Amino acid sequence: MPSTITKRSIDMDFIEKVGTISGEAFKTCMQCGTCSTVCPMQESTEVTPRKIIHLAQWGIFSTVMSVNMAWMCASCHTCAVRCPRGIDIPKVVEAIRLLTLRKNKNFVEPFEIVKEQIEEMPQAAMVSTFRKHTA
Amino acid sequence: MCDTATIEKKVPEVAEELVPIYIMGKKYEVPASLTIMKAMEYAGYQYIRGAGCRGGICGACATVYRKPGDYHIRVGLACQTVVEADMYLTQIPFFPANRAVYKWEDVRGEAEEVFAAYPELFRCLACNACTKVCPMDIPVMDYVAAIKQGNLEKAAELSFDCIQCGLCATRCMAEMAQYHIAQMVRRLVGAKIAVPSPHVDKQVAAIKSGHYDEALKEVMALGTMDPFNQDANKENIDKLKELYNKRQGESHATDESWEPDDKYALLEDAR
Amino acid sequence: MKIGYYPGCTLKTKAKNLEISTIEAMKKLDVEMVELDRWNCCGAVYSLADDDLVHLLAPVRDLIRARDAGLTPLMTLCSMCYNTLARANLLMRNDEVKREAINNFMEEEENYQGEVEVVHLLNFLRDSIGWDKVKAAVENPLDGIKLAPYYGCTLTRPLDVSVDHNTYHNVFGDMMKALGGEVVDFQEAETCCGSYQVISNPDAAEKTTVRIIESALKAGADALVLSCPLCDYNLGKKQADLMASREGIQPLPVVYMSQLMALAFGVPAEMAHFELNPPLTREFLEARGLLARV
Repeated sequence: MPSTITKRSIDMDFIEKVGTISGEAFKTCMQCGTCSTVCPMQESTEVTPRKIIHLAQWGIFSTVMSVNMAWMCASCHTCAVRCPRGIDIPKVVEAIRLLTLRKNKNFVEPFEIVKEQIEEMPQAAMVSTFRKHTA
Repeated sequence: MCDTATIEKKVPEVAEELVPIYIMGKKYEVPASLTIMKAMEYAGYQYIRGAGCRGGICGACATVYRKPGDYHIRVGLACQTVVEADMYLTQIPFFPANRAVYKWEDVRGEAEEVFAAYPELFRCLACNACTKVCPMDIPVMDYVAAIKQGNLEKAAELSFDCIQCGLCATRCMAEMAQYHIAQMVRRLVGAKIAVPSPHVDKQVAAIKSGHYDEALKEVMALGTMDPFNQDANKENIDKLKELYNKRQGESHATDESWEPDDKYALLEDAR
Repeated sequence: MKIGYYPGCTLKTKAKNLEISTIEAMKKLDVEMVELDRWNCCGAVYSLADDDLVHLLAPVRDLIRARDAGLTPLMTLCSMCYNTLARANLLMRNDEVKREAINNFMEEEENYQGEVEVVHLLNFLRDSIGWDKVKAAVENPLDGIKLAPYYGCTLTRPLDVSVDHNTYHNVFGDMMKALGGEVVDFQEAETCCGSYQVISNPDAAEKTTVRIIESALKAGADALVLSCPLCDYNLGKKQADLMASREGIQPLPVVYMSQLMALAFGVPAEMAHFELNPPLTREFLEARGLLARV
């Protein structure tokens, strides 16, 4: 998807927030794309990890927040252990999720999950989903 | 039973030492020996809600307070906690809390049913705020942990003293209502998991068989007042009092060998 | 020998087969697992936000309980618990500022500085027992069974908590070899199973599980060996749904590493609780003569 970058489109506040929450210097990303090739969710995400980092670098807030990438990430760290720049990409992605969750907006509503599914799932599934996808 | 006759209506002697307390930010001078509830009444508040048994059992009068210069949140039941100088307080008689609806006949007594009814319990962060705020010193965080582990018996045991005041829910970061969840757990345990007590079964059968009907009729008759015969009424009341005072119950001091005089409902093998 | 043990919530319900089979197998190695008498859910996933300390309270509280009970090293069986506890422990060791903030917040507990050592069953067997001793305890070797060890994410990533620091991870395979099994390497052995996305984005999770199962089958695996209850759900229990919704998917039995260890050590099969596995697992083990037909 093409994005026009102008002085006005760069959301500096957003770039700073992602940096603070993640603790990662994601500006050092050189766009090699290793992360994208190893991401197990690549079939399901609207943009690749490389692209989401690129969008975040340029402060294109609305696109970063509207694509499903951050919600599809399972924090498996496959990208993180392979990044030649040593960026912990899952941390950057978590920061993006938190920008929504910290406004008290859930991605998943616990009470909307089918009761039969809750009964058959391991507790670890609920705990981890609620940690990653509820406010 | 709430015996309204014992509620103190008289304003205490003001010769007593007065201490300043702050009710919802407003300062009042109240006698130092009063409970928070009596102090509020002394200050002019009238209870419509938030005063239940006045005996520390019902959990209706949960109160939150702080002391100057101390960040700790302190809690107590208004009917039990004596005022302290400079405490500033508010009562939290009610806090909105999610309460699951489940069909009693259909429950199986499994942890998964609690998970399905209250999935939010998996949002617990083990922050321990619930335990710290509990006026009954219940290890709330630990019973939530036990429920997550599927150990309903342990959760029922740990939460047994809960008076449903709801203070835990006011502090929960995961936004769950611990006390409602624990109540469901205790109900599942009581109905489907705990070993049934043969004593209770026998006693219920004895009541159903009409064994106590005569005695009950006698009590009912004594309680029927005749507006035109005050002497007879007084006699009946005295008889009722005598019956009440002579009632039998197992005292805490008795050992295993204690038995009531009426052996009708005792189990044969328990003798 | 005694070892501290942190179970994790699921091991007390859906994954009892992982817990009980381990306890019984460890007895054959003269190891007694001492469970923490007071513990809470570790949180299952480690918080990745740099400014978030509250999600560390749960794992740190467990580590404090382990320290207070003298249970170090503390062993876990579930990969997710291992990862969460091990990462929280490293943070408490290495980050002075966050350590102080967490200790100050948990004023009801004694300060913690990372005194406990967190281990997983795999590196405990390798480092504290040794494969020779494991081999010696085998009564029914898993001869001729092609086992595909599935690491998933949390046993080996991030690197500072990996149970295996070799470039080529072999601790899981070494365990299977010690039990007499034949190890099958497959491309997707460390691909995420979809984890918690099974709730939020089930289709995405399903795509990765299909890749993993197909990759293991292509490599000639008879069974997939696991150490995580969520992997077991995604790759095992959901397989029946996969078969129903997709064409051309072949079934693949899944089994916990400890269940195979218990069978190999001659622990009575009922202690491995195969009734909690998908029916396929039982059928496979019966066909291979590892489990008496009932």
